[in-house]
Amino acid sequence: MRILGKGQIDRNRPVSFRFDGKSYQGYQGDTVASALLANDVRLMGRSFKYHRPRGVLTAGSEEPNALLEVVGATNQTPNVRATMQEIFDGLNTQSQNRFPSLSFDFMGVNDLLSQFLSAGFYYKTFMWPRAFWEKLYEPVIRRAAGLGRLSGKHDEGHYEKAYAFCDLLVIGSGPAGLAAALTAARAGADVILAEEDRELGGRLLADEPDLDGAPARDWVSSTEAELRSLPNVRVMTRTTVTGAYDNGTFGALERVGLHTPARADLPRECFWRIAAKRAVLAAGALERPIAFPMNDRPGIMLAGAVRSYLNRWGVTAGKRVTIFANNDGARQTARQLMAAGVEVAAILDSRTDATAIEDCPVYLGARVTDTSGRLGLRSISGAHVGGNFQIETDCLAMSGGWNPTVNLTCHLNGRPRWNVDIAAFVPSEGVVPGLSVAGSANGDFTTHACLAAGQAAAIEALAEIGVTAAAVPLPRAEGVPYAIQPLWLVEGKGRAWLDFANDVTSKDVKLSAQEGFTSVEHMKRYTTQGMAPDQGKSSNVAALAVLADATGRGIPETGTTTYRPPFTPVSIAAMGAGGRAMGFAPQRFTTSDQASRDRHAPMIEAGLWYRPSYFPKPGEKTWRESCDREVNMVRSAVGVSDVSTLGKIDIQGKDAARFLDLVYTNTFSNLPIGRVRYGLMLREDGLVLDDGTTARLDENHFLMTTTTAAAGLVMRHLDFIHQTHCADWDLRLISVTESWAQFAVAGPKARALLNAVLDAPLGDFPFMACGETQVGGVKGRLFRISFSGEEGYEVAVPSRYGESLFRDLVAKAEAMGGGPYGMEALNVLRIEKGFITHAEIHGRTTAFDIGMEKMVSPKKDCIGKAMAARPGMVGEEREQLVGLRLAQETKAFGGAHLFTQGAEVERETSQGYVTSVCWSPMFGATLAMGFLKNGRARHGEKIRIVDHLRDLDLLAEVCDPVFHDPKGEKLRA
Amino acid sequence: MRLTCPLCGPRDRREFYYYGHEDYLQRPGPDAGPEAWDDHLHLRDNIAGEVRDLWYHETGCAQWLVVTRNTVTHEILSTELVADRKKKGVRA
Ligand SMILES: [Zn+2]
Repeated sequence: MRILGKGQIDRNRPVSFRFDGKSYQGYQGDTVASALLANDVRLMGRSFKYHRPRGVLTAGSEEPNALLEVVGATNQTPNVRATMQEIFDGLNTQSQNRFPSLSFDFMGVNDLLSQFLSAGFYYKTFMWPRAFWEKLYEPVIRRAAGLGRLSGKHDEGHYEKAYAFCDLLVIGSGPAGLAAALTAARAGADVILAEEDRELGGRLLADEPDLDGAPARDWVSSTEAELRSLPNVRVMTRTTVTGAYDNGTFGALERVGLHTPARADLPRECFWRIAAKRAVLAAGALERPIAFPMNDRPGIMLAGAVRSYLNRWGVTAGKRVTIFANNDGARQTARQLMAAGVEVAAILDSRTDATAIEDCPVYLGARVTDTSGRLGLRSISGAHVGGNFQIETDCLAMSGGWNPTVNLTCHLNGRPRWNVDIAAFVPSEGVVPGLSVAGSANGDFTTHACLAAGQAAAIEALAEIGVTAAAVPLPRAEGVPYAIQPLWLVEGKGRAWLDFANDVTSKDVKLSAQEGFTSVEHMKRYTTQGMAPDQGKSSNVAALAVLADATGRGIPETGTTTYRPPFTPVSIAAMGAGGRAMGFAPQRFTTSDQASRDRHAPMIEAGLWYRPSYFPKPGEKTWRESCDREVNMVRSAVGVSDVSTLGKIDIQGKDAARFLDLVYTNTFSNLPIGRVRYGLMLREDGLVLDDGTTARLDENHFLMTTTTAAAGLVMRHLDFIHQTHCADWDLRLISVTESWAQFAVAGPKARALLNAVLDAPLGDFPFMACGETQVGGVKGRLFRISFSGEEGYEVAVPSRYGESLFRDLVAKAEAMGGGPYGMEALNVLRIEKGFITHAEIHGRTTAFDIGMEKMVSPKKDCIGKAMAARPGMVGEEREQLVGLRLAQETKAFGGAHLFTQGAEVERETSQGYVTSVCWSPMFGATLAMGFLKNGRARHGEKIRIVDHLRDLDLLAEVCDPVFHDPKGEKLRA
Repeated sequence: MRLTCPLCGPRDRREFYYYGHEDYLQRPGPDAGPEAWDDHLHLRDNIAGEVRDLWYHETGCAQWLVVTRNTVTHEILSTELVADRKKKGVRA
C-alpha cells in the first residue's frame, strides 16, 4: 500500500510492468519489489527445496527470496532480485521455481515431505544403484530443487568491460562514503565513488535521520551535486564493487542498461576493473533475521527493509505491522510507521531491560513462537513473561542486529574478528593492502560516527600517497549508541529458517553438528547453507551461531566460512564482454587484402592475419581446380603472392653479426653484404624454434625473416637473449613486419615480370642475393629467395605502396600468362620442393630430425646447442623427416600414423606420422611429408598409412622429402 | 595484479608475459655438462614466500623484467630491467 507524502518516487510518471502475466502500475523510481508491495502483492517466489511460498525479505542486493526471471525480446535472465530490478514501461517479469502457478505449486508437496528432505538427504538417499544417479536422480532433483531457467537461446545482449583508474576508490555512498568522497574530492584527488543503488545516500535515504536539523536527503543532494560538478570525481551509481584483488585492483559490475527498455546505445552491463591507489570501504551493514518457528512467510521482513520501503518508496509492507527485535534500531521502524499513519500492532523486544515506552504495546523479553497464513502472514503467536498471546498482523518486521559488510576485506584471505559489543564480525585491519574501512562496515552504527570515520579514512589514505586533504565541515548528526542483546534462535515446534535462499533450517545445522560436521566449512557443505546466489549474506552469522551453540564452542572459535568474490552475482556475459564471436580479437590485414577480396579470394586465418586461400577463375567449381591451376601457373609462367605476414626483424649494431651467430645454429658473421642466408634457430632445450632467411643489408645491418606463425615468439626470444646475455653489446632489434609490404614473384617468367615493374632492369642478381631497388620512384628492397622451388624473388616496398604494387604485379603477370596464387598453391609448391613449415617444426623436432644437423656449427656456441647434443636427441630411434608418395588421389590424412607392412596396427607399433599432404598436379600423385623412425635409411620402403579419423588405410612409398628439382637448378636459373 | 614497469609505470598484468624464475639468467657454459643444463632448464624450487621471476612487457616496451614478489602475500616488492643488470655488471 502506498502512503501519501512519503517516498522519493516520481508520482507524475506512472510506469506499468508485468509480473506473472498480470499488469501492475508503479512509479518511476520503483523497484519490482516496491511496486509489487505497493500493489499489495506479497507472494513473489517459491523456495528452493520445499517450494514454500515466499515474499521479499530485504530491500537490497542481499535478497534471498524474491528472485525473478526478466523476460526480454531475445533473452531471459533468471534469478534477478526483485529488490534490484527497477521498473520501466514494458518490463516483463515472472516468478520461478513453481508449476503451474505461484499460488498453486505441485512441488509444494516437498514441504509436506520436509522431514525426509533435511540436510544430507541427497547423500544418504540417492547413493545406489550408481547408474540411477545420472539418469534418474539428478534430473529429477534438478527439476524439483532449482532456481530460474535460461531461455536456451544465445544471449545477444550487448555487454562491455572497461578499466578505470583513481587515487581513491570509495565503495558505498552512505554517510561514511559521502564524507570520504567529499573530503578527497575537495583535496583535488582523482576519486571514484561507486554505489550499488541507483541513488547516492545509503541508509541516509532509508532511515531519514536529520542532518543539521534538516532531512538527510538535503545534504545528500547538495553533496552529490558538488561531487558531480568536479572534474576529478567520477560518480558511478548502479555499480557494485564485487571483488578486491591484488595490488589495488577491484572488480565492479555496473548495471548500465538494465533499468530501461533495451537501447542500442546502452550495454546491459559493464564489468569494470578499477585500479585504485587507495580505497575506502564504506559498504555499510546488512541486517540479519531471527530464526523463529515458521519465520519464512510472505510478510515477514527485515525491519530495516520495512523502513526503506516506507521512506524511499512510500510503501507500507502491511496494514497492521508487528515488530520483533533484539536491538534499538527496529524501534525506528515502529516510530516512523506510526508517524506515517500505519498501525503498529506491537513491539516484541527480546530484551528485558529495554524501554517499554512507545506509542504502541511493547512486550519485553518476548519471542515469536509461531506464525500462520499459507500464502502470506495472517497472525503470529508470541510469548513473554506474562504468558502467551496472539496478534493478527500482515507484516512482521524483524531485526536480529546488523552485520558489517566485511566481504571485500576477506577476499585476499583476511579473517574478520568478533566484536562482542555489536555481536557481529568486524574487519581485521590491513588485510587488504591499501584498503581501509569506515562507517558501519567497520561496526560504527551511528550517523555521526560514520561521517567522522569516512572523513578520517580519506585523509589518512590520501596522506599515504602524498596528497594532503583538509577536514571539510560535516553536518551534525545523531550519535545514540546501538544496544543489542544477541538472539539467534527461538526454539519451538515449527521449522526455523536460517538460510531462506537454500531452505536451510536450524534443525539442519544441528543435525550437521550431530553427525560430526562440526567445522563451519563442513557444516556449510553438508547443509548447503550460504551456497545460494545470495551467498548467505543474511544467514551466515546466525547459522554459525547456532552451530557454535550446538557444538558448545563460542562464535569466535567457530569462525566464519571463507568470503570469496564476487560480492553479488556477476553475469558471465559481462565478464566475457568482447569475447563472443570476433569480439575484441584483433584482425590483421595485408596491404593486398582488398585486391584479393576483389578477386573473390576466400580469406583464411593465419594467426591474426587473413590471407587469400586461392583466387577462383570463372568456371572453377572447387578449390582444387583453382589450386591446381595456380600451381601449374607458377611452374610454367609466373605467380605473385603476398608474403608480408612473415615476421621481419631489423637488427643493427656493431655486434649484430655476433648476435646472429649466437641465436642461429649456423654462422652469419661471414655472410657477405648483399647476400641472404637460410638460418635455423633452436630453443635452449635443443628443439627447433623457427627457421627463415636473414639478409645482410650492410656491415652492421641485417634483416631477419621469421615464419608467420612464430613472428611474436621469435621477437620475444631475441629480446630475451639480447637483454639477458648481451645487453652490453652494440645491438638494437625492432620488428618491422608492418612497415614493409613484400611480394613473392616466382616462376620461369619471374625475372621478366620484375623487369616490367622495376625502374631499372635486373642485372646480375644471383640466387640468395639481396639489395636495394626502385619501383615507380619508390625505394624498395629485393631478395632472390624462393619458397616454391622456382626462380623466385621477393620485392618489398614501404607498406603504403603495397596495394598499388600488388595490383600492378598481378596485372602484368596476367599479361604473361601468370597471376596471383594463394595459400593452397603455396602449400603444394613447398611440399613438392620439400620445404618445411611449422607443420614439421612443431616444437618436438630437432635439427637432426629434419635432416639439418649439419647446420649446427661445430665452431661456435649457439642457443640450444648444448641440449641438442644430449642423448635421445639424435640417432636411429628418432623419427626423421621423409617424403611419402602415393599414386592415387585420396582424402587428406595429416596426423595419420605410419606402420611397417605386416605389423600390428597399435599405438605401440606406430613408426611415425604424417605432417603435410597435398595433391601434386605436376607429379600426378599424392605427396606428403612426415616423420618416420630411422626414416632416412628407409627410402624406397612401402609403408602403411592408417588414419582412423578418416577411415583410411593406404600404402605409400617412402622417399626423400624433396620431390621437385632436387639439385636446385631452377632456383639458380 | 599489477606490475610497475621501470619504463612504463604501473600496468595491468595482462600486458606481461610470464616466463619463470630468474635462474634462467644464469646460462651454463657450453661444456657445463648435461646435469647443469638440466638443472638450468627444468629444475625449479616451488617457493612459498619471496621469489624473483622474469616477466616480459610484451604489449609495452618489450623489456624483460626481474620481479621480486611474495607468493604468499602477493606483494610486489620490486621490478627491475634485466638489461640494466647486465650493463651494470659489465661497468662494475
Ligand atoms: Zn614497459
